[in-house]
Amino acid sequence: MSTLRYLPALGRALRDEMAADPTVFVVGEDVRESLRGVTKGLLEEFGPDRVLDMPISEQMFTGFATGAALSGLRCVVEYQIPSLLYLAFEQIANQAQKLRLMTGGQAKVPVVYLVPGSGARLGLAAQHSDHPYSLFAHAGVKTVLPATPADAYGLMIAAIRDDDPVLYLAPAAVLPVRGELPDDPEPVPIGSARIHRTGTDVTVVAIGHLVHEALALAGELEGEVSVEVFDPRTIYPFDWKLLDESLQRTGRLVVFDDSNRSCGLGAEIVATAAEEMRLIARPRRITRADTPIAFAVELEKAVLPSRAQLAGAVRAAAREGPAG
Amino acid sequence: MTASLSDLYRTMLTIRRFEERIVELVNANEIAGVTHEYVGQEAVATGICAALNADDVITSTHRGHGHLIAKGADVRRMMAELLGRVDGLNRGRGGSMHIADLALGIYGANGIVAAGAPFAAGAAWATAVGATRRVAVTFFGDGGANQGVLHETMNLAALWKLPVIFACENNGYAVTLAQSRSTAGSLVERAAAYGMAAEQVDGMDVEAVLEAAHRATGRARAAEGPTFLECVTYRYFGHHTAERTMKLGYRTQAEIDRWRLRDPITATGAKLDRADEEQIRTAVEELLDEAVEFARASPRPDPADALEYVYASGLLPRRGFVG
Repeated sequence: MSTLRYLPALGRALRDEMAADPTVFVVGEDVRESLRGVTKGLLEEFGPDRVLDMPISEQMFTGFATGAALSGLRCVVEYQIPSLLYLAFEQIANQAQKLRLMTGGQAKVPVVYLVPGSGARLGLAAQHSDHPYSLFAHAGVKTVLPATPADAYGLMIAAIRDDDPVLYLAPAAVLPVRGELPDDPEPVPIGSARIHRTGTDVTVVAIGHLVHEALALAGELEGEVSVEVFDPRTIYPFDWKLLDESLQRTGRLVVFDDSNRSCGLGAEIVATAAEEMRLIARPRRITRADTPIAFAVELEKAVLPSRAQLAGAVRAAAREGPAG
Repeated sequence: MTASLSDLYRTMLTIRRFEERIVELVNANEIAGVTHEYVGQEAVATGICAALNADDVITSTHRGHGHLIAKGADVRRMMAELLGRVDGLNRGRGGSMHIADLALGIYGANGIVAAGAPFAAGAAWATAVGATRRVAVTFFGDGGANQGVLHETMNLAALWKLPVIFACENNGYAVTLAQSRSTAGSLVERAAAYGMAAEQVDGMDVEAVLEAAHRATGRARAAEGPTFLECVTYRYFGHHTAERTMKLGYRTQAEIDRWRLRDPITATGAKLDRADEEQIRTAVEELLDEAVEFARASPRPDPADALEYVYASGLLPRRGFVG
């Protein structure tokens, strides 16, 4: 068992899988210099044929990965900022993701689209601060948002080994988090959620970095409201079974989601719970506002989901329905 | 690999007659939607694919039937695909616009113009670092020549000297927009500016296309980098099957008739022994009769299987209702 930060855990998974499987390679912008820190040391260990610096041509290198994958390789594509996914959206959502169906099962496209530092990071303004996971879930792209170093490791291994395209978002706000990693860590299955803390009054579904805020709040509310903290880890396919089990216990749902409010993941979770699961209180969402992120830090913080907003929603939910 | 003139003729005629049958089947509502016919352009796919090995890769376009036939796809299974049947190459999931045969290196027709270009670069790179140097051809039109992703790919292919052939089928029109109204400068000069070999070829002359393709594959296999071939050609039919009912005025019948005088199939057929030509014609008709029969006999997909083949992992997507 060792303690390490999130980014080195993610980097170690990539390194371990490249060592285990010679068909795995990495492409992206500035990956040889490892500007984002994930690919550090890979050039020295695996050589230039497995760590490819690409020109600033996001559509091209995303499609390049598809072509290499169709030819038997496994590719990890790094994007330095989340909004670059918009440039590559055609190649991900309309090409790679649809090839399996379009070819009637002939194609497999084992590509991981990695954003080390997704979401807001204070002061980066409108075009570098988005968290577009709902968009990819809507398009049916397997999408993971690990919240801890151990999950960062385990989900990267699983994503590389998966035969489908996988979007891997490492939220910027979670990169400094420390955690424990076993000496012989296991992959984390895609599609399996995790309950970080059990509770009996309210289930908080927290996405990505917001898991840590939810855990902090659950601690603060101890003795007042018993909060269960549910981390989906994979947002598509979502672990509806585990959420159902959690709501069987609590019957109250608050979703803590870094998407924009309209048509975001929170809406999907609330809708599914309302249609299919046990609820004894109105479900609630704490989300981003429906706005681009402004530059000034006060304005940025004003539109991001906060622990104070979550506390209000958890307390309000706890007051509804039969007691305990 | 050297193809004889009668081989080239047989391939071109198979494409022509396949497409003419397709039009009949679309008009009879046996094929859903529309298809984009390759009639007039047969010499391009035929000449280029005749220079390829079985394990070389191609990426195709929305007008892709000719590329598949020239690369060796089974016309019976192609026909079944267009009819949306389970024995189709794509089990009825792709149709005309996404038809593919990965085992033959055919990485699919594509509904988005020039979107297959980076696949070709990735495939070329993947195999260039391996033991065998395979060539990857990406087909696109004069319309595709204005897509950013194509230029991003030409830059990389030239920079890394990838074994890619950029096969531009310039048929003069991006849907209805004439090349003179869509394209600044010269396509060949654009490609040359990336530092790659680039030439214009008479796309109505199958032997000229084949010779140019041999030069391009020679460069690719010798690690000398990509080649851009602008094959000047023409489509006799509309952009798609439904265009004949749309009364569009973007080109004249006189222009179509002028191009038909240079028909590659007529020109090649005239060079063959009469008996050989007739024997090929009969064989092609028999093959297509059999293909239509095969397709019609193949079962339609079971609606209960509509969620299959979405994920390689076997994950089943959610349905649109609860219950």
